[in-house]
Amino acid sequence: MSGNRVAVIGVGQTKYAAVRGDVSLAGLLREAVYRALADAHLGMDDIDAIVVGKAPDFFEGVMMPEGYLAEALGAVGKPLFRVHTAGSVGGSTAIVAAGHIQSGVHERVLTVGWEMQSCSEAMWALSFPLPFQQQLVAGAGGYFAPFIREYMRRSGAPDDIGILVALKDRLNALKNPYAHLHEPDVTYDSVKDSFMLWEPIRYSETCPSSDGAIALVLGGEAAAEASAASTGVSPAWIHGTSMRSEPAMASGRDQVSPQASQDCAADVFAQAGITDPRRQIDVVEMYVPFSWYEPMWLESLGFAEVGHGWKLTEDGATQMSGDLPVNCSGGVLSTNPIGASGMIRFGEAAMQVRGQAGDHQIEGARLALGHAYGGAAQFFAMWVVGSDKP
Amino acid sequence: MPPADNDRQVTPFPAGLWEQPQPVVPAAVAEVAEPVQRIRVPASMLYRYTPGAAPSRFLRGLRDKRILGEKDPVNGDVYVPPRGMSPVVGLPTTEQVELPDRGTLAAFCIVHIGFGVNAPPTPFVSALVLIDGAAVSVYGTLLDIPIEEVRIGMRVQAVWAPDEELTTSFENIRYWKPLDEPDVAPELLKGHM
Repeated sequence: MSGNRVAVIGVGQTKYAAVRGDVSLAGLLREAVYRALADAHLGMDDIDAIVVGKAPDFFEGVMMPEGYLAEALGAVGKPLFRVHTAGSVGGSTAIVAAGHIQSGVHERVLTVGWEMQSCSEAMWALSFPLPFQQQLVAGAGGYFAPFIREYMRRSGAPDDIGILVALKDRLNALKNPYAHLHEPDVTYDSVKDSFMLWEPIRYSETCPSSDGAIALVLGGEAAAEASAASTGVSPAWIHGTSMRSEPAMASGRDQVSPQASQDCAADVFAQAGITDPRRQIDVVEMYVPFSWYEPMWLESLGFAEVGHGWKLTEDGATQMSGDLPVNCSGGVLSTNPIGASGMIRFGEAAMQVRGQAGDHQIEGARLALGHAYGGAAQFFAMWVVGSDKP
Repeated sequence: MPPADNDRQVTPFPAGLWEQPQPVVPAAVAEVAEPVQRIRVPASMLYRYTPGAAPSRFLRGLRDKRILGEKDPVNGDVYVPPRGMSPVVGLPTTEQVELPDRGTLAAFCIVHIGFGVNAPPTPFVSALVLIDGAAVSVYGTLLDIPIEEVRIGMRVQAVWAPDEELTTSFENIRYWKPLDEPDVAPELLKGHM
């Protein structure tokens, strides 16, 4: 990675819920921002610039909310920058924030991702009936389910791999106090018997609709060392960042494993000096809104050979006790405030290498991957963070 | 500005989606334990839509039950519906190509959740159809076949709206139905879903 060194020195999350009726949108952001600043032992005055991201405005029904939220974000009189990359936006936003420091322009940058989905109906925002366009009368799950079916056909995976992913993530969520879904009674059978929505995707293999925000404080080398001295917590040094995109409707696209996804992974691993991600990465926070995307991304990102990703899930390699733990936080399957979801992956990766993940901590995690995707599986953002300075 | 006659209102939300709690009786307000913190306010907007040159050509074709794609000037890929440019090479598509109203099922899922608006009764097959000669698939629904017989690679045929109901709309293709022809190998559909 070129440019100045950057590290995550503060992470703050809200409690995620279907409806956070106890706070306004501004209050929700403030909750995450205060926690991130407190984690970094910093105050609003220490922040040079703010970079924010959320999903398209019609998911929330508040147009260009960053304007009215400037005070809640502590952005009055400071540069405020918004990033738009659909569902991957949380990841892209953190990367843009890091760029503000890599470039030498700023030393401490606050970055915030959020969604208050209870303000609107994202399901309908994705399926509005416009007579002049082709109709997708099936919501987000209906968009992605055909590609999951195609993955199952190509790989010949047993048809319960998705159930195993969902069960793992929902059980992991029980160890994460911020997670939206806490389902202590979840079992293999309860997932299997849950209502089929978009066959092959069941209700319990689908992400929830959540309210929530996450904030990260990023610092340059001096800021990171000062913060570490004050907090006693290791910074999460950024070892590589990458974003890639491709057009939604283009001849030659393969939505089971998009070229942009493969390129993004290859780029970020090259920056971080990773040649064998399965062995070198200690823990992964991957954007899995529908259960089957775990094996699909494992293959696309290079953690498994094409057609073999499901074996990592089946063998338990992706469980917290496995050699490649994926989504110890419970992942998007347990918490999905869309605009925050990517940044939660990035933030959880940072928490792991800082030793801050509490009950879902992987002992000794030194190198972690945060991953996000969005749109029609067309926008990708990834970063690798580590406890060692790059 | 009042809507012109040819404006089409977006289909309203289905009943029940935005159901409100029963109104509070004013006399009983003192007994309400929980203060009102949130209310749900349905909102809608009427749009005047200008599709642009290529989509207009395409929509006018649909009115005559013709499917008009447009060709990538470099590699010959035919895009339908056309957007007026090739997303691969970034150049305008200028040559129109009429495609048949037949194709191959490139991918699908079975939808069990009711989506109200324009959706058939559940369960139904949400289909990606690769129209013969096209480079990318279109969305539609596949009917007239038992769900357990649906398979990737099967051949399908468009079912058009009755002539008196044809408009400049994608909805002219009401749905897709099976075509009695040999299946296409799924491997040939990769990159065109």
